[in-house]
Amino acid sequence: MTVKIEEADKTLTAFLSGEIDHHTAKPAREQIDYAIERGGADVLRLDFAEVSFMDSSGVGLVMGRYRLMQSRGGQTFVQNATPPVMRMLKLAGLDRLPIWEKEEKKK
Amino acid sequence: MKKPKNEVKITFHSRSVNERLARSIVAAFAAQADPSVSVLADLRTAVSEAVTNAIVHAYPDEMGKITMTLKLYDDGRLTVKIADRGCGIPDVAEAMTPLFTTGGEERSGLGFSVMESFCDKVKVRSKVGKGTAVTLYKTLTEKGGESR
Repeated sequence: MTVKIEEADKTLTAFLSGEIDHHTAKPAREQIDYAIERGGADVLRLDFAEVSFMDSSGVGLVMGRYRLMQSRGGQTFVQNATPPVMRMLKLAGLDRLPIWEKEEKKK
Repeated sequence: MKKPKNEVKITFHSRSVNERLARSIVAAFAAQADPSVSVLADLRTAVSEAVTNAIVHAYPDEMGKITMTLKLYDDGRLTVKIADRGCGIPDVAEAMTPLFTTGGEERSGLGFSVMESFCDKVKVRSKVGKGTAVTLYKTLTEKGGESR
């Protein structure tokens, strides 16, 4: 998988693409965490539009970043979750976290 | 259970790069029964969880071997057995409890929950010091697809 990071107006967006598993999640989270620590973003957006596969490692990826942003007083949002990604996040109960914007959660 | 109409057995090292390999092999093997896209996606996810468990938990400090046995039956059922010779699970029921993990903050503790909700049945046999075998049962097609 690859992660492309864009930063603008205190918002950091990580565009994830490819397959998220235990093997690929580690470098991805290191890359995202580095960008969070280095910049001063208040909002982290995780974009799943190009994710073709995700197992429960993706849940750890979201939860870990959510906790990190929370500890810095920031917010995390999940966007463009594809049906398989959404299914995994719902199974983990992440649909109950404040990481969704209104129109996203209805999917 | 009747004899399988096709069977594949593969052994690979407990390297995390092989998680993807295992998913690909299962998907390629299952494709001969013409499953739907969503059945195939469920199977890939469940296998990914089982293989990751073996890599992370069975062999925490060493490289070991993982054997995956795939069996396809005439009626469209598939079994995937993922076996290791690692440390074993002291309490299988506890290990299968949702959110239970010994893997630290970045592991969600959902592996077995995912396997159970994405498969028809999950069977776990484990012995401390001997290893663990997880068998996933999944119906690929009700009719069994075409015989090739």
